[in-house]
Amino acid sequence: MYRYDEFDQTFVNERVAQFREQVARRLSGELSEDEFRPLRLMNGLYLQLHAYMLRVAIPYGVLSSRQLRQLAMIARRYDRGYGHFTTRQNIQFNWPKLADVPDILADLAEVEMHTIQTSGNSIRNVTADALAGVARDEIADPRIYAEIIRQWSTLHPEFSFLPRKFKIAVTGAAHDRAVIRAHDIGLRLHRNDEGEVGFEVLVGGGQGRTPILAETIRGFLPEQHLLSYLEAILRVYNQLGRRDNLFKARVKILVREVGAGAFAEMVEAEWQEIRVGALALPDDEVRRIADYFAPPTYRALDDGGSALAAALAAEPAFARWHKSNVTAHKRPGYAIATISLKPHGGIPGDATAAEMETVAELADRYSFGEIRVTHKQNLVLADVAQDDLHALWRALDEAGLATANAGLVSDIIACPGLDYCNLANARSIPVAQRIAERFRDPAREQAIGGVTVNISGCINACGHHHVANIGILGVDKKGKEYYQVTLGGAADENAAIGSIIGPAFDEEQIVGAVETVLDVYLAERRPDERFIDTYRRVGPRPFKEKLYAAA
Amino acid sequence: MPLLNKDGRIVEDRWIAVSEAEALGRPGDLIVPQALWQAERPRLTARAARLGLRLTNEQSPAVLADDLGRFALIALEFPKFTDGRAYSQARLLRERYRFQGELRAVGQVLSDQLAFMLRCGFDAFEVTDERALQGWRRAVEAFSAWYQPAGDAATPIPAQRLQRRPLRTRRAASPPATAPAPDSCAGHWAY
Amino acid sequence: MQVQAVTANRLEDGFVVYLTPAGHWSERLADCALTDEAAAPALLARAVAEVTTARVVGPYLITVEVENGEIRPLGQRERLRTRGPSVRLDLGYQAQES
Repeated sequence: MYRYDEFDQTFVNERVAQFREQVARRLSGELSEDEFRPLRLMNGLYLQLHAYMLRVAIPYGVLSSRQLRQLAMIARRYDRGYGHFTTRQNIQFNWPKLADVPDILADLAEVEMHTIQTSGNSIRNVTADALAGVARDEIADPRIYAEIIRQWSTLHPEFSFLPRKFKIAVTGAAHDRAVIRAHDIGLRLHRNDEGEVGFEVLVGGGQGRTPILAETIRGFLPEQHLLSYLEAILRVYNQLGRRDNLFKARVKILVREVGAGAFAEMVEAEWQEIRVGALALPDDEVRRIADYFAPPTYRALDDGGSALAAALAAEPAFARWHKSNVTAHKRPGYAIATISLKPHGGIPGDATAAEMETVAELADRYSFGEIRVTHKQNLVLADVAQDDLHALWRALDEAGLATANAGLVSDIIACPGLDYCNLANARSIPVAQRIAERFRDPAREQAIGGVTVNISGCINACGHHHVANIGILGVDKKGKEYYQVTLGGAADENAAIGSIIGPAFDEEQIVGAVETVLDVYLAERRPDERFIDTYRRVGPRPFKEKLYAAA
Repeated sequence: MPLLNKDGRIVEDRWIAVSEAEALGRPGDLIVPQALWQAERPRLTARAARLGLRLTNEQSPAVLADDLGRFALIALEFPKFTDGRAYSQARLLRERYRFQGELRAVGQVLSDQLAFMLRCGFDAFEVTDERALQGWRRAVEAFSAWYQPAGDAATPIPAQRLQRRPLRTRRAASPPATAPAPDSCAGHWAY
Repeated sequence: MQVQAVTANRLEDGFVVYLTPAGHWSERLADCALTDEAAAPALLARAVAEVTTARVVGPYLITVEVENGEIRPLGQRERLRTRGPSVRLDLGYQAQES
């Protein structure tokens, strides 16, 4: 993974000193809240329902075990002993005191971490495929470019006061595990006919009030032009994005208003002026960054060893976990293991300090000391020898971290919702808990198979419900919490925005509604059809009919 | 309103902002809005004193490209400090259109934005707040190096890295598709 | 009956607080100053004017119900603000009870 050199380390240290001084001025009253707010947002510090919330950047979701241990320490020392992993591969702490935040930042800086631009109208954490470097379908490693973009975008003087937040995601595989089409800029690494690596550039995706999928403005952008092209896009957006209406200020609105073609032309015109110059990316620099992501020293192993086969045969619980949570690795003899943070009835994406430390230790023992955070709020050990899977599972099971539900119905993405968030209209976590409880039976979950269920507590859609197979949006109707269901969304390379299926359900009805939807799927499905396949074939009608059948 | 120069010192402001044709008769260096410049071009160019132009942040610098030599000063607006359009205008004026005169930030200019403004090429600041005067040093000295090229002369971190590497381990950078124009953006930066 | 009160978050830790009749800020809704619709804007304006000395952030008005001397907030959001997250009863003000 990327390691700070003295420039990077000095930079975060200076940032800590700067914020320490800004906090002091706030606490002394010299800075008003209006003046302080954008400063604290640029350091990821929100004021939420019950307390402050600090969002720590985990660049493209990659953590070392040392960093994860430090996060555990921070949770213990300054917070309430836990953290929450987010849909943008970051982690949030929900109870920091303002005066402690500079010390927290200093502790983060010690392990090469920071909270820069995790909020505010700036370029946010660049996310990437959590299986970068290890997935079988990978064409090129997106982390290399995510790191290059991260540095270029950090405290960019021209783009620190954009009309609104700006989110970039990078994928480098046949399957999109980074949800690029729901981002302001999505970048898809691929090769042209000459075999050169470059990017398909998509712009204008986003969820929230007006969910829109990003459109391609350039089919192939050669690698060396990455930063100059991004600069052109951001410059067009900075100048023309709406500033009059908070809800119409994202780049997706601009792209829709002028048209993707016209937007692309504006970007190309600006880009022509800067494509040759200081932002050109020399090949040796890309290779230098790429070296940080070189594969670990794998052992020479074979696939499908007899020890693994024996363990799978002997222990059904292990076999179940292996089926749902283990993915094929590009290297023979290795595997990718997902650690679900969605125990049935638990809070999706939360991890205690003890759990973080357990995962750090297991990463050291079984996965070269590295952990990934996925946009589904789970963790991944990406380089586990197949021979070690059973021992890993045992240890996870002992720690309560072996829930065998990755990609299944109870692997729910949920925003913090009204239990924590100032913006929310309804609670999301209790609904997630109750849905997961309803599907606690492993046989039933496995029978249903792969399905994505996402819950957002308000229209800002931080739970990404628009791109879920079954999306749930919490709304407030006359002071009561109601839940609106959308069906048919998808977050992968066949991205789609879900459609509202009918009137909202109340707290009592919503779990039953989800159950009904899945019962319809089971009744209608053909062999090998996932939920989304059946939905695409039969459409919403069978679901509508059963959901709203006259009593 | 105090005027800071690029070294953080308060300087006397000799410029007078006018908004109407009637005022053009007065002596001295005048700053006029774009509409007035366009309406009163002959009269303004005939004056011996220096001429300044004030752009709103919705006006594109491109329309001025041919006239830039006439202005000793261009003022760019930050109606609210959260409105960052003038950062782009400034960079375009400096780096694309090679404006050499005074680039002045007006509007809601707070000390915590000064570092960004300097980097984008501003060299004078109408500060709305006395505290910005104290904040100057702190604001501009907060960071010893920056990651990306901009309108200032600073060498960005990637270029500094290159300079530090021993010659023998530096491989030749692959040449760009066409030779770089000699006047492209703050040119010392190279990955 | 429905009346109004003023709430905010404490600067130090972001905790929820309520404006009291004496002009202080309490963690307990039960201590809040009650006001009718006509006088509410003035009460809020005073709170806003004093945020710096009071060390609070973002005061705003909420509607509450008073029944048998007990003050209850209206709406799920304000109910949660008096207590803490409904999914972690060991956190927030609710954990201090009993």
